Amino acid sequence: MSEKTEKTEQRLSVFKTYKLYVGGKFPRSESGRVYEVTAKTSAAGAAGKGNWLANVPLSSRKDARDAVVAARKAFGAWSGATAYNRGQILYRIAEMLEGRREQFVREVADAEGLSKSKAAAVVDATIDRWVLYAGWTDKIAQVVGGGNPVAGPFFNLSSPEPTGVVAVLAPQESSFLGLVSVVAPVIATGNTAVVIASEKSPLPALSLGEVLATSDLPGGVVNILSGRTAEIATPLAAHQDVNAIDLAGADDVLAKELEIAAADNLKRVLRPQPVDEVDWSAKPGIDRMTAFLETKTVWHPTGSLGASGSSY
Amino acid sequence: MPTNAPTAAHTLSDVTASDSTLRRFLHGLPGVDAVGLEARAASLGTRSIKTTAKAYAIDLAISMVDLTTLEGADTPGKVRALGVKAVHPDPTDRTTPATAAVCVYPDMVATAKEAVAGSSVKVASVATAFPAGRAPLGVKLADVREAVAAGADEIDMVIDRGAFLAGRYMKVYDEIVAVKEACGASARLKVIFETGELSTYDNIRRASWLGMLAGADFIKTSTGKVAVNATPANTLLMLEAVRDFRAQTGIQIGVKPAGGIRTTKDAIKFLVLVNETAGEDWLDNHWFRFGASSLLNDLLMQRQKLATGRYSGPDYVTVD
Repeated sequence: MSEKTEKTEQRLSVFKTYKLYVGGKFPRSESGRVYEVTAKTSAAGAAGKGNWLANVPLSSRKDARDAVVAARKAFGAWSGATAYNRGQILYRIAEMLEGRREQFVREVADAEGLSKSKAAAVVDATIDRWVLYAGWTDKIAQVVGGGNPVAGPFFNLSSPEPTGVVAVLAPQESSFLGLVSVVAPVIATGNTAVVIASEKSPLPALSLGEVLATSDLPGGVVNILSGRTAEIATPLAAHQDVNAIDLAGADDVLAKELEIAAADNLKRVLRPQPVDEVDWSAKPGIDRMTAFLETKTVWHPTGSLGASGSSY
Repeated sequence: MPTNAPTAAHTLSDVTASDSTLRRFLHGLPGVDAVGLEARAASLGTRSIKTTAKAYAIDLAISMVDLTTLEGADTPGKVRALGVKAVHPDPTDRTTPATAAVCVYPDMVATAKEAVAGSSVKVASVATAFPAGRAPLGVKLADVREAVAAGADEIDMVIDRGAFLAGRYMKVYDEIVAVKEACGASARLKVIFETGELSTYDNIRRASWLGMLAGADFIKTSTGKVAVNATPANTLLMLEAVRDFRAQTGIQIGVKPAGGIRTTKDAIKFLVLVNETAGEDWLDNHWFRFGASSLLNDLLMQRQKLATGRYSGPDYVTVD
């Protein structure tokens, strides 16, 4: 009897190996490096200061390059999918997140030093944000596109198209709500993303990869890297096959550097807002979607206009 | 250095005397240690080639590319574009070396010849009812003569795999000899074994020796038209064969892996194989080639990366 109780007490802990999410797969860093992630100080949090949480991959510039290749490969099918289909998939992500709510509450509490109830509120807001952008996929075209009144026998139409591969520097402080608030609008409109997770608290981001992998989201649409933001962002900003970069997670010095590097192939750059003023829980509007959209305008000849002023 | 060649030198002149002597010779070649071969090829693929060595390897690889288009839909315009690309692979950087050759179907030879005129780029033509090789000998030879007459500098022939697998080695041998004769003195002959259809490593070794005995100037892995094309292992095996053949006869023969080599990393692995197996004498586009089309763009992107320090993308190379 006593032997049996001892056995149950001695059960070995099963630690989770956090890995990158690139091209629909979960590789380790090409460099083989890892770094330690610790819980944030908190009076209410379960984990105390300096508590080790996990070892996560320390990505290199080659991981960034591989992620861009995966994102480029996924772009054709994702941007070509119907907006309605993209909306279904984004909603599916929200459904999957709901099922793993407990896990994310724990991870967000550790990452941001929040109490359990506050962390739960953050996770709920995050899931709602996915739902919000899922709804926007097939509506954004009506808001920013449409017919233009032109002089002459033309039917003139503008429609928004995705920019391409977008490098996203996720916010450093808001490790989950902030992350989703910058990633969801990028992919909602048909772009593909290479995301650099928060440097100090990447665990919610890496776990999000597991959710994305099981949500019908094609591999490569979102690629998540963990590591030193500056180290990974620099080659991404200079990369000729990246079409845009969102600098949400860069400080002033890094943002300036990256902007200069990004100018080389005329990337679209979304500058970071001052950190103190960002309230990720506020209603987001559509700015983050339109930042990575191009407008295509088509002139369709209608033939000579009749006396009524219209030929159709 | 261990070799896999038969020891008695005098045998080579006698082996092609009759069907039975040829068979005895080919089946007398030592069997291939498949596990050892693949392990050796894999271990040579782990070398890390960086900075100046990488720059050298990329330029060397570009100069070894046989830029290939072998589609039913090839138009004269596409062949001309390919020729221009072969001469100046990267128009934004004129220090980029030209490729070794363009490789086309026989009816496109004249067009290709015109496109590369005045450059060092050669025109290679596939022939002998490529890629299947299932045509009467007369047709195959006419195919070769037409291509040579149109100005082809190199002929890529396919062996009769059916005869080879049926064990009729003399028929395969005679055919290569006849094609070699049709090539005349001007055109170099590459013999394609289609290693993916030969089933075993032993067969690839036999085919290599058969091709070399029959007078091939190059032995080439595959057509690029079947599921399994050039692999590091079968290329290593053929490199061993040309090394042993030269040790025995003094005649140097080239090797051309073709199909399935798409990245710079792969190409550099093959160059390591060449250097470590056959030796430096083969590190030249007269003796080693890559049969490829998409490989060139990756080489160019890597070259741009080395020159500028930033990653390049497919928007900055030509669409073929």
